[in-house]
Amino acid sequence: MSERIIRNGRVVEDTRQLVTLAPGADPAETAVPAGAVLVPLGVWRARRDELLERARSGELGVWIDAGEDVSLLADDLAALRVIGVHFPRFTDGRGYSTAALLRGRLGYSGELRAFGEVLRDQFNYLTRCGFDVLQPRSGRYDAPALEAACASIADFTEPYQHSASHPQPLFRRARRGTPSPSHP
Amino acid sequence: MYQYDSYDQQTLNERVAQFRNQTQRYLAGELSDDEFRPLRLQNGLYLQRQAPMFRISVPYGHLASRQLRKLAHLARAYDRGYAHFTTRTNVQFNWPRLEDVPEMLAELASVEMHANQTSGNCIRNITADPFAGVAADEITDPRPWAEILRQWAAYHPEFAFLPRKFKIAFNSAREDRVVLRVYDIGLDLVRNADGELGFRVLAGGGLGRTPILGEEIAPFVAWPHLITYCEAILRVYNRYGRRDNLWKARIKILVRALGAAEFRRQVEEEWRHTKDGPDTLTVEEVERVAAHFAPPPYETLPARDPGFESLLDADKAFAGWVRRNVREHRRPGYASVVLSLKKTGSAPGDIRAEQLDRIADWADRFSFGEARMTHEQNLALADVRQADLHALWLEAREAGLATPNIGLLTDIICCPGGDFCNLANARSIPVADAIQQRFDDLDYLHDIGEIELNISGCMNSCGHHHVGHIGILGVDKNDEEWYQVSIGGCQGNDTTLGKVIGPSFARDEIVGAVERLLDTYVALRHEDERFIDTVRRIGIEPFRERVYENRVHKRKTVHV
Ligand code: SF4
Repeated sequence: MSERIIRNGRVVEDTRQLVTLAPGADPAETAVPAGAVLVPLGVWRARRDELLERARSGELGVWIDAGEDVSLLADDLAALRVIGVHFPRFTDGRGYSTAALLRGRLGYSGELRAFGEVLRDQFNYLTRCGFDVLQPRSGRYDAPALEAACASIADFTEPYQHSASHPQPLFRRARRGTPSPSHP
Repeated sequence: MYQYDSYDQQTLNERVAQFRNQTQRYLAGELSDDEFRPLRLQNGLYLQRQAPMFRISVPYGHLASRQLRKLAHLARAYDRGYAHFTTRTNVQFNWPRLEDVPEMLAELASVEMHANQTSGNCIRNITADPFAGVAADEITDPRPWAEILRQWAAYHPEFAFLPRKFKIAFNSAREDRVVLRVYDIGLDLVRNADGELGFRVLAGGGLGRTPILGEEIAPFVAWPHLITYCEAILRVYNRYGRRDNLWKARIKILVRALGAAEFRRQVEEEWRHTKDGPDTLTVEEVERVAAHFAPPPYETLPARDPGFESLLDADKAFAGWVRRNVREHRRPGYASVVLSLKKTGSAPGDIRAEQLDRIADWADRFSFGEARMTHEQNLALADVRQADLHALWLEAREAGLATPNIGLLTDIICCPGGDFCNLANARSIPVADAIQQRFDDLDYLHDIGEIELNISGCMNSCGHHHVGHIGILGVDKNDEEWYQVSIGGCQGNDTTLGKVIGPSFARDEIVGAVERLLDTYVALRHEDERFIDTVRRIGIEPFRERVYENRVHKRKTVHV
C-alpha cells in the first residue's frame, strides 16, 4: 500500500512499511517483511548483522521512539540510509532534539523521517531541525490538504538560529542592522 | 532601546501571517481544539472563563512611548479600556475575541511588539532589571544580553515543545531585583578575576506547587558562550525532563531528581560538543545589539537641583512621594520614578487606556520616550530630571498614578485570580482590595514600613506569594474560597520561601489575619526593624500564636 508523504518539500508516494514491536514481543523474533521497511531500534540492535546489507542498500531503515537515545545508533550511521523518528504526540518535542543531534553532532546525512503525530503547523520547525521526510498520520490530510500543507515548511525564511537547515545563526549569516522600514 | 532591523521585522511579520493562517484554518474546522491549543498559547492566547485572555510580551519590560500608545489603542479597540501588567512584564487583555487576535498581532507588529511565546511549553519572555542602565549598583547593562537571548529563543525550532514552560532572567546588579533564584535559568552577570565578563548560571528554580530555589550550576561562563551554554541546558531538559506528569515537568524537578552535580555534569557533557560552535557570540554582534542601549543624551546637570530642593521643603505631599516613589539615578541631576499601579480601588497592575496615553506623553516629555515595567506590577520612568519631578508628580497625581506607596503594604503584588483566570482556586483582587481599603491610612503604612504582600489565586503562583514577606494563596475547600497565609518569604539577594503559618482562612477572615500579623509585628519589633527582619529574628511561632488565638475564641463562641 502506498502513502502520500512529503519529501524535500514535495508530496510523493511512498511504500515504506512501518514495523512495530508488540508490547512484550521479542525483537529477535519479530518478522521483518521484504521490501522497504522501517524497523524499531530494538529489532535493529538485536539483529544488526542479519539486517546490515538491507540497511546499506537503503531498503531497511531504523526508527527510534521519542524517549529512545539516539546515541545508540552512533556506530551504525555509516551503514544507515534511512532513520525514522516517531512523534507519539505532536506536543512531545524530544524528536526535535533527536534530529538536531543526528544532523549536528553525529553528522548523519541520510533520510530523516518524522512520522506519527506530525502536523502541518510543525513542518517549519521539523525541517529546520533536519527532517527531510514528513509523514503525517495516515488519513490526517487528504491530497489537497497535504499539497497546501507544504507551504508551512517556509513559514520562516530567515530564522535567527543556527540549525540543520541553517548552518550559521543569523548574526553570522547576514549583515544585520539595516533599520526596518516600519520604524519612524 | 532595541530597534528592529529588517530581519527582525520580516520574521515577526511571518509569525503574524502564520498565526493568521492557523486561526483561519481553526475557524474553518481544519484544526482541532487540541491541535490549535499550543499554537494559540504560543501566540499569547488563552481561552478563559469570561473571554479569551491575550498576553503580550514586553521583553525585559521596556516600552517605547509609541508602544504604550499602541497598548492604549488595543485596550480601547478590542478590550474594555484597560490592560493588566503582570509580574513577568507581560501585558494582558481580558476581553478580546479570538477572531480579532490576528489583527491585534498585526497592530503590535507595526510597533515591534508581539505576543510570542508568552504561554505554552516553550521559552517565555526574558526578564531583566527594570533599572538597567541607570542603577548605581549595576555591573553591566543586562539588556543587550537579554535581547540576544530573546532573538535566540524566538521561534527556536528545537525548543517549542518542551516538557513545560521555561523562564529565563538576568540579574546584573549587586542587588537582585528580578528574583533570579525562582527562574528555570537565572543568569547573573559577573566579572571573573581577570575582569572578563560572563555569567554565573543558576538553574532549576521555580515557584508553583513545588517551590524550589535555583542552584548554581556554573560559577562562570564567559560571555561568548551565552547561547551554547543555555542551549545545552535546554537540550538536556528537552530530552530528559518528565513528560508523564504536568506537576513534575518543570526543570526544577529534573535538577532535583538528578542532583545539581549530576545535572551540571550532563550539561557540561552536552556543552562540550557545541562550545565554540557557530552559536558562539561575536564581538560585532554584541556591539551591534549593545549600541541600541547606549545612554540617552543626558544633560550635564548639578547633583541637586535647587528648584527641586526648595519644592521638597515647601510641599510635604510631594516630598512624601519622592521618598517612596523616586529612586537615585547614576547621573547627576536625574532620578528614576516609579508610577504606582496600586491605588486603592483599582486592581493591582491594572491600567486604563487614558493612563497609558498619559504615561506615553510623560515618557516623551520627561524620560527620553521610554518606560519600564517592574515585576512588582508598576511602571517606571527611568531618566527624569530632578527639575521635572514636580511637574510629573502633579500630572501623575491627577491621573491616579502617584500613590506614594512603593514598597509599602498596599503595593501588593496580585495575580488576576478567580475574577479572570480559569485556573484559580479563589479570587485574589477582592482580597487585595479589602487589604488596601483597610490599611489606607498613610501614617499607618509608613509606621509599618517596608513590607511585601503577595497574593496568588492558585498554586501556579503568578502572584509570587512564596516570596512575599506575607504571602496569600487561594485554596479550594469544598468549592469554597479559602486562603493560606505564609510569612517570612523574601525576594532579593537573600531570596527565601515563606512558611505557612497554619490552617487557611475564609475570605471574611483574611483581612483580620493580616491585621493580627501586623499587630504582632508592631508589638514585638525592635526599633527600625522591618517586618521581615522581625520574622527572621523571632520565627513564625509568635505570629502563629496570636493569629490563631483570636480565631479559636471566635470559633468557640460561635459554636457554644
Ligand atoms: S496564580 Fe493561578 S489564579 Fe493567579 S493568575 Fe496564575 S494561574 Fe491564575
